[in-house]
Amino acid sequence: MLVSVLNGFAIGFLLFIVAVGLSIVFGMMDVLNLAHGALFLGGAYLGAAFAGSWGGFLAALGIAAVLGLVAGGLLSLMTEPLSRRSHLDQALLTLGVAFVASELLIIAFGDDPLSVAAPPALDGSVTVFGAVYPTYRLVLIGVGAVLALAVHLVVDRTRVGALVRATVADREMVATIGVDNRLVKAAVFAVGSLLATTAGVLGGPVYGARPGLDATVLILALVVVVIGGLGSVRGALVGALIIGQVDTLGRVLLPELASFVLFAALALVLVLRPQGLFGGLTTAGTR
Amino acid sequence: MTAVDAPAVPGGAPATTPEPGRGRGGLVAAAVLVVLAAAPLFLAPFATTTLTRVLVFALFAVSLDLLVGVTGLPSLGHAAYFGSGAYAAGWVSINVTAEAPVPMLVGAAVGAVAAALTGWITVRTGGVFFLMLTLAIGETVQQLANTWDEVTGGANGLTGIPAVRLAGAPLANAGFLHWYVLAVFVLGFVLVWVVARSPFGAALRGIRDNEPRMRALGYPTALYKYGVFVLAGGVAGLAGSLLAAQARFVALPDLGFVTASFALLAVVIGGAGSLWGACLGAALVIVIRDALGPGLGGHGTLVLGIVFVLVVYLLPRGAAGLRLRRRETPS
Repeated sequence: MLVSVLNGFAIGFLLFIVAVGLSIVFGMMDVLNLAHGALFLGGAYLGAAFAGSWGGFLAALGIAAVLGLVAGGLLSLMTEPLSRRSHLDQALLTLGVAFVASELLIIAFGDDPLSVAAPPALDGSVTVFGAVYPTYRLVLIGVGAVLALAVHLVVDRTRVGALVRATVADREMVATIGVDNRLVKAAVFAVGSLLATTAGVLGGPVYGARPGLDATVLILALVVVVIGGLGSVRGALVGALIIGQVDTLGRVLLPELASFVLFAALALVLVLRPQGLFGGLTTAGTR
Repeated sequence: MTAVDAPAVPGGAPATTPEPGRGRGGLVAAAVLVVLAAAPLFLAPFATTTLTRVLVFALFAVSLDLLVGVTGLPSLGHAAYFGSGAYAAGWVSINVTAEAPVPMLVGAAVGAVAAALTGWITVRTGGVFFLMLTLAIGETVQQLANTWDEVTGGANGLTGIPAVRLAGAPLANAGFLHWYVLAVFVLGFVLVWVVARSPFGAALRGIRDNEPRMRALGYPTALYKYGVFVLAGGVAGLAGSLLAAQARFVALPDLGFVTASFALLAVVIGGAGSLWGACLGAALVIVIRDALGPGLGGHGTLVLGIVFVLVVYLLPRGAAGLRLRRRETPS
């Protein structure tokens, strides 16, 4: 039971890192980035390619961060010509990009699932309250919590964060006071993508790297965003932790119905609170 | 390839645009139908099979177009109902009977029931939210099929589906199978076409264009959306039964995200709201994926991804059909 709860936290924090970028980009610019899962998978493959040593692990993190920034900037640039068209077009564009990216990853890394070793010294296990638990996942919980706190502080306490929140709330007004919100969008897109690729590297030792992982992660992240509410960092955190627990507990208690439990949680939130737990007014669920 | 392309380009369009007069549209439809029916007589078996697959996927795309183009509900989980119908039809063929109308009816019924079970939650939303929800539901259904392996065969897929039987005789020949698929395709297409042109279809287009106004006019819009969702699920299930009959093998990818997005791609290529356009899009998708894919080292998906990106940029009329083509009635 304890192991399951810890697993829930590990997956929950990982999901938060993936989902927060998706949530803010969507909440802010109404761009649903369906290539977000492919970014995660790219990070996971990078981690697999460099796995085995601390130097490799850190190098993978660094490269993933840079590639994430570049990819996010590119995606933002690509959706810009479509900004006057429907939101669906932008989502379709990112879907096409996701296909191309995941096929390129298969061409580069083959279509066999790769398992990723945790960095040395973290690949063993420790005893937590009498239960044996992999060290890496424990560290992942810590790193995830720190990252979550960092994102929360940046968005909640800094000028940049205030700008992002203001753009989520009313981007015309932000444009009126002289801020080019295309730049805000590009920056948020880049940082969100950076978080996704980094999460891919961090999640490698848990999830491995395999074709189809991109869709799985994308869907989990979308569920988190729907449950938490669009554009809300707090919502993404709470949603991710709920989904982490629901998913792992579901797998332990009702292995046959695990995927159903997830759907039931989603349905419950949508029926009781269609805009998500922390959803704002402007982007409510029913449109 | 010309053998495949010749009938595939007119694209299985038993009904075309209503504007240039009904007579000409009917004539074109009849001509296309004749070409499609005669195809097995002069095509090589491989080309015939490809054309049959195009018809299967076209019916699936048409059912999705009823949601995307007519009602304005972009779904990324429609393959769940297509795959459910395929699994059900395959299972019935193996365990009960493969006699002609049974797998087809079971497939359609299971597709509709699956849509009815999941639709009540999706129709509460619209737009990109609908896209996300249907995506999540499609993935859930796929995982369910994976877990329920005593019925679905799990990751191995449902194998050993017998050929469809008509009056006791199995349709083993590619040509006979093609005619069976064509007949069911025409049935499904006409059904969707009639619905799209009925007062119900007009109300659905009203919902697409301005749902609050339709609600103010007294239409129970949620009920209408639920109705069309179940109907589209049923037609997708019908198409799924054709998949089981044609491929005689159903696997998890048939339920999943990739199949669903290819169907959406087909609809978008053709221009959302145009039923014959969806058939053209389906033909393009199947030809790239199945006929050209092996020649591209199995990377047909890569090509389709690029096509997807290009279509979104270059064919705004097709891609933005939801918002731009309001005055046109779906054909």
